[in-house]
Amino acid sequence: MPETASANSEVATAPISLWRRGSDLLATAAAAAAVVLVLLPLGAVFGYLVYKGIGSINWAFLTQTPKPVGEAGGGMANAIAGSAFILLIASVIGVPIGIGAGIYLAEYGRNQFGNVIRFTADVLNGVPSIVVGIVAYAIVVLTQGHFSALAGGVALAIMMIPTITRTTEEMLLLVPNAVREAAYGLGVSRWRTTLSITLRTATSGVITGVMLAFARVAGETAPLLFTAFGNQYWNWKINQPTAALSLQIFSYAISPFDEWHRQAWAGALILIVLIVAAVSAVRIVAGRGMLKGAN
Amino acid sequence: MGVGIKVEKLNAWFGRTQALYDITMEAPANHATAIIGPSGCGKSTFVRCLNRMHETVPEARATGGVKIGELDVYNGTSAVQIRRRIGMVFQKPNPFPTMSIYDNVAAGLKLNGFHDHARLDEIVERSLKLSALWDEVKDTLRKKSGASLSGGQQQRLCIARALAVEPQVLLMDEPCSALDPISTGKIEELIFQLKEKFTIVIVTHNMQQASRVAEFTGFFLLGKLIELDKTEKIFTTPSDKRTEDYITGRFG
Repeated sequence: MPETASANSEVATAPISLWRRGSDLLATAAAAAAVVLVLLPLGAVFGYLVYKGIGSINWAFLTQTPKPVGEAGGGMANAIAGSAFILLIASVIGVPIGIGAGIYLAEYGRNQFGNVIRFTADVLNGVPSIVVGIVAYAIVVLTQGHFSALAGGVALAIMMIPTITRTTEEMLLLVPNAVREAAYGLGVSRWRTTLSITLRTATSGVITGVMLAFARVAGETAPLLFTAFGNQYWNWKINQPTAALSLQIFSYAISPFDEWHRQAWAGALILIVLIVAAVSAVRIVAGRGMLKGAN
Repeated sequence: MGVGIKVEKLNAWFGRTQALYDITMEAPANHATAIIGPSGCGKSTFVRCLNRMHETVPEARATGGVKIGELDVYNGTSAVQIRRRIGMVFQKPNPFPTMSIYDNVAAGLKLNGFHDHARLDEIVERSLKLSALWDEVKDTLRKKSGASLSGGQQQRLCIARALAVEPQVLLMDEPCSALDPISTGKIEELIFQLKEKFTIVIVTHNMQQASRVAEFTGFFLLGKLIELDKTEKIFTTPSDKRTEDYITGRFG
């Protein structure tokens, strides 16, 4: 109709009002400000850690065990290694269980039992970390009779599982059903389809979930207090008390000695750098197999 | 070689809703049989019953007899085995997005435990040539993802993937509805060549397409097979009034 056309061309050629331009600018500015507000705390925390901690980081700090009070020097090498050790144990326990539960929920869990698991995982996600520590204490420490790296790993694994489960489920549900049908249509069995097609298609999302869970528990202190307990010396035995960076930072930070305070700052800086490094490394390795045009 | 399809008293349900009523028909070997009908008449459900894809939907079930050659689809054979003998091409191209072009074509064999690399190379090349995609992708077989191709190429990739497992029957559920005329033309040409090796059942919304590619055409309405006959007959002198109304555009 000619009237509509002329009305439309009138709208199309009319100058954009000052109000519209102003509100556009305002909305863009507000969004930009929100981004800055989100990044600011991260930048501030990292900047302050560098400022306070970088001075105490040297070769000895990275290679030696702590020195007794009053003696200068010493380092957190055993705590760095201990953290890595405990996180390795936690990942070995937590990642397969979390991903397995996520697969169950996404592919088989459209029922009452699935709802119960979903609810349980969400509640577990909200349980205070110190409570998780007590659970690990009751399950592992009391049965073994002493603190251990294993107990710390179990505590952190319990914290990782709900996050991994829920993100795995969500990522698998994002895989279009058409992709599953394509595999079924080729005569591929259901479990094979789930592992080789659905999970593979969702890999990058699942890895993000695992990394999120990993980064979250890597800095946890409370669940390690009465599980891994801490140690002034090297330990590589799974059933012995083990040092952890977060524990070391905690005990140094509440001590009355300036030297220990400085070392606590340095330890915190190392912890953040290591978490970022671990997450980036996994991302790079996982991204290497990606093909051109894959999404 | 293709084999004939015999369907007897096939009924299908989604939960309590019946989708197909007593379908009895035959599709001869090495010919294309088109299934036409308005939306929601059960065309897709019907072809999905032929390779037991219907039952992958929760609460869906089917009863009756389907024979693909000597193979009894609903008696004694597992759904997984059935689907290895009956290839399927879907309405929307659905390549595996994280796999290369090569792996997409090889998927059906690889995932079922076939790992002879020399033979796989051969089969992938032959399947891509059959689906008329080889020349366009032969240089990027392993470098590019299946999802990076254009829509028409993706659909031919999906056809190659279905052909690689060497089925006897190829089911096509509106394979061209998401494609432009040029890609549609290519796929129709392809259907003509594929008839030499396979029996084809093709669901289509497009009556011209049915008359171009199929020797036989069946008309579905409200879950029932109204009539099935030679394509020329259906489109010139159908024996049922409802078929005539549909093809002359009086409804649907």
